[in-house]
Amino acid sequence: MATRKTSEPFWWLLFAAGGMVAALLVPVHLLVHGLAVPLGWTSISHARMLALAGHPLVKLYLFALIALPLYHWAHRFRFILEDLGLHGLRTPIAILCYGAAVLGTVATLWVLWQI
Amino acid sequence: MTVPRVERPGLYYPKLPATWWLRNANYFRFMLRELSSVFIALFLVVFLVQLYRLSQGPGAYAAYLETLRAPGWIIFHVVALAFALYHSVTWFNLTGVVQVVRLGERQVPPWLVAGSSFALWAVVSVVLLWFLLRG
Repeated sequence: MATRKTSEPFWWLLFAAGGMVAALLVPVHLLVHGLAVPLGWTSISHARMLALAGHPLVKLYLFALIALPLYHWAHRFRFILEDLGLHGLRTPIAILCYGAAVLGTVATLWVLWQI
Repeated sequence: MTVPRVERPGLYYPKLPATWWLRNANYFRFMLRELSSVFIALFLVVFLVQLYRLSQGPGAYAAYLETLRAPGWIIFHVVALAFALYHSVTWFNLTGVVQVVRLGERQVPPWLVAGSSFALWAVVSVVLLWFLLRG
């Protein structure tokens, strides 16, 4: 059987890393930044949040926290679309999904650069 | 002579209606698990915007938090949190199956591997909460 060279393992690795980051870290951040702070259960002042996010190590952490799960999304969403019957569009779906994740990565880098 | 071109030989797609995942509870839970990634990604995009607004100054940041107070956003975050928790639980349950850990000759039982993952999740969450909320 001929073996085809594919980039599949590379994307799968990003998927696995993103799934782990999402499982370990996302629930707490969702609870704090999506609910607790907006609803006023607790407050994180602008100055403190800026000082936190401005630290190089925290920036690295935020980069992994935001960018990696995007590849986890891309991988799963790609196969959701295929499982819903869009087999004919395999290649464009893959390009759109992984492309969106790459765009998100660039946007994350840009925002972290601004802080 | 033209050679017939075969599109990805060896792959067979059974013809299923797009609603196959509504047929039984296991398929439905599978779809929910896959869908959790969408809500997690959406939250991260919203969080990225929050960081962007943070970089624009105290006024912009306060205005953004005010926006997130709207009922629609609160409902979104509650739903996203439920999906995120579902992802964590299904992911850590799978670690016991995917990750085979051996100690010498013996294999650590899968429930122990999954249990350690859950314990790690708890510790990481508490540390993060402490870090974010102190002072």
